[in-house]
Amino acid sequence: MVTASWYLILAAGLFTIGATGLLVRRNPLIMFMCVELMLNAVNLTFITFGRELNDIGGQVSVFFVLVVAAAEVVVGLAIVVAINRRRPQATADDLSALRG
Amino acid sequence: MSTLVDLVWLIPAFPLAGVLILMALGRRLGEPRAGWLATAMMGGSFIATLLVFIGLVGHEGDERETVFTLFEWVPAGKLAVDIGFLADPLSVTMALFVTGVGALIHLYSIGYMHGDEGFSKFFIYLNLFAFSMLMLVLGDNLLLTFLGWEGVGACSYLLISFWFTDEANASAGKKAFVTNRVGDWGFLVAMLLAFLTFGSLQYGEIFFDLEQNGVAASTASAIVVLLLVGAAGKSAQFPLHIWLPDAMAGPTPVSALIHAATMVTAGVYLLTRMNPIIAASHDWVPDLIMWVGLGTALMAATIAVAQNDIKKVLAYSTVSQLGFMFVAVGSGAYVAAIFHMVTHAFFKALLFLGAGSVIHGMDGDQDIRRYGGLARLLPITSMTFVAGWLAIAGVPPFSGFWSKDEILAYAYGENKVLWLLLLITAILTAFYMTRLVLMTFFGSRRWTDEEVKAEGDEEADTETDEDALPHRHPHESPWTMTVPLVVLAGLAMVAGVFNLPFTSDVHFLGNWLKPSLFGNEGHLSFGGGTKWVLAIVAIIGSLGGVSAGAAVYIRRRIDPARIEHPFLARAWRVDEVVTNFMGGPGRRAFERTTQFDERVVDGAVNATGTLVRRTGTKLRASQTGLVRSYALGIAIGAVALLVWFITRAGL
Repeated sequence: MVTASWYLILAAGLFTIGATGLLVRRNPLIMFMCVELMLNAVNLTFITFGRELNDIGGQVSVFFVLVVAAAEVVVGLAIVVAINRRRPQATADDLSALRG
Repeated sequence: MSTLVDLVWLIPAFPLAGVLILMALGRRLGEPRAGWLATAMMGGSFIATLLVFIGLVGHEGDERETVFTLFEWVPAGKLAVDIGFLADPLSVTMALFVTGVGALIHLYSIGYMHGDEGFSKFFIYLNLFAFSMLMLVLGDNLLLTFLGWEGVGACSYLLISFWFTDEANASAGKKAFVTNRVGDWGFLVAMLLAFLTFGSLQYGEIFFDLEQNGVAASTASAIVVLLLVGAAGKSAQFPLHIWLPDAMAGPTPVSALIHAATMVTAGVYLLTRMNPIIAASHDWVPDLIMWVGLGTALMAATIAVAQNDIKKVLAYSTVSQLGFMFVAVGSGAYVAAIFHMVTHAFFKALLFLGAGSVIHGMDGDQDIRRYGGLARLLPITSMTFVAGWLAIAGVPPFSGFWSKDEILAYAYGENKVLWLLLLITAILTAFYMTRLVLMTFFGSRRWTDEEVKAEGDEEADTETDEDALPHRHPHESPWTMTVPLVVLAGLAMVAGVFNLPFTSDVHFLGNWLKPSLFGNEGHLSFGGGTKWVLAIVAIIGSLGGVSAGAAVYIRRRIDPARIEHPFLARAWRVDEVVTNFMGGPGRRAFERTTQFDERVVDGAVNATGTLVRRTGTKLRASQTGLVRSYALGIAIGAVALLVWFITRAGL
């Protein structure tokens, strides 16, 4: 029997991978994918709890997260492409023009 | 309930409509239609007041107080102020003579302002003034009264410097404005103190709270003294009287309406309105009001003796008569104060309008040394002026006698010295008014008409000699100017019947005003016999003043130069003292204050700015621009929150 805790452990694992990736990788595209991974880990948690508590709210929240993520992808990928055009091979650490 | 009283909102609405229409169409209407419109609005307002008056008479004595609320104006927590009108005997009495005299002066202005460039503008200001004055009088709370108070102050400023291209007029307006500001400060602080004490600004609620809970005598005294500062500013009492004589720079109808009949009486009205608070204050407070009034009355009367400008004489006379009213308020004779206010409005408006008619006839010359022998050339003006003169001099049966005698009687009951000094003031009043009338209308002509040219004229108008008008040719004014004169002269003669002293039944004004005074009206401690003696002394005094004037200025028993002392002509040098003080110690004090402002107040503001900037510079370093370090910050924060939730919040 697959219990809810399995899903939660999976989600926690995915989230940790995403968070660690975001912190250690320097390629913007990879970092971007890590963010997506974290979002989906959260989605999985929502679904799990929604089913466990028999509450439709969990699934509804997932839809919101998906919509926001889609919007974020549009903006984020556009920025990544723009960066690659101007400065090919630039890492996230190179982009520090906003340093105070 | 009678519906007539509910028309009270119409009273200020008419002049306001006049202002709005004239602002939109004034130039297109032009002369004289703009003036007629403004006059019609004042007439409408007067009729509305009459209707309210009739409605109020229909009520029982104790119910003659109606509050008509239009809408809520300032809803601010505990402070709730309505646009509400208070129709009670006091306010309606005021409104009656404000609109009545106002309408007559509007009519007069049509003739007086003939040919002026700013004809329609003048009537906008005049209507705006009437609106503000009516708000002042009819407002049912202190804030609304203050609104009117400021409104009349602004209109006064605009109208004094109406011919603003002349430097002197512009600075006279400024002087009036600044001096009034000192008084307004007093009113404003008094209003705040009243709100703190009584929790309301509405007259009815203030007086109710006063009756229920009482008030500390010291608080009441503070409120009244502050109100006195305000009243002294508006009603030109010492030491804030200095603006009124200069205010004569405005057109003469303005002097008649604002600076004689209506606005300057606002201070007396305010003090009368607040009579329960005066009654609740220390004993020295009414005495203070009384002595301020007496000092002003006596001082202004002595100054008026030595003035040569016809309007200046009348201006100082106004200051002096207002002093009489303050004496009446201080001695608890509110009815006498209002009575004198009404009769004064009639005869002083008459005198000013008469003076305007003379000035009109004399091509703008205001110096009585260059007048003389005008009686036959200006028959209506001189006849009506004589009526005003006898009224102000206190000759029975003219109106001024009755009101002044009542004030004198109360002063006698209060303090014998006060009475004596006030009597001297009354004698001086008769004296200087006699001087004015004799020098203007009688005696030798100190001007020439076309045929004859006397040497005396040379120094008088050297400048007009070069112009097209070398001589004076006095002429009677048009009917728009003489009709108000005749009506006011009639009123000045008979207004005494409003309040005859013989029995309490004919004490009409006293009985009428009773509900507004809450039993705070003073009572004479002596009987009819003493009253008769006092009245006879007053009559002898005024006749003595008149005959002394005649002896000096007709028979030349004494050289006038010996009476017209330069010290008096320069108004006791109050102006110089004020100027010297403000130029010397006053200026230094202000510079100190400025330094305080620059160092402490500005310093605090600038220091805050500097602090924020320096902190910001330090904190900039944390913004590395590295996305991953921000992400790390977020991650650590999230973990910290999580730890907190688990350990502290007991999840």
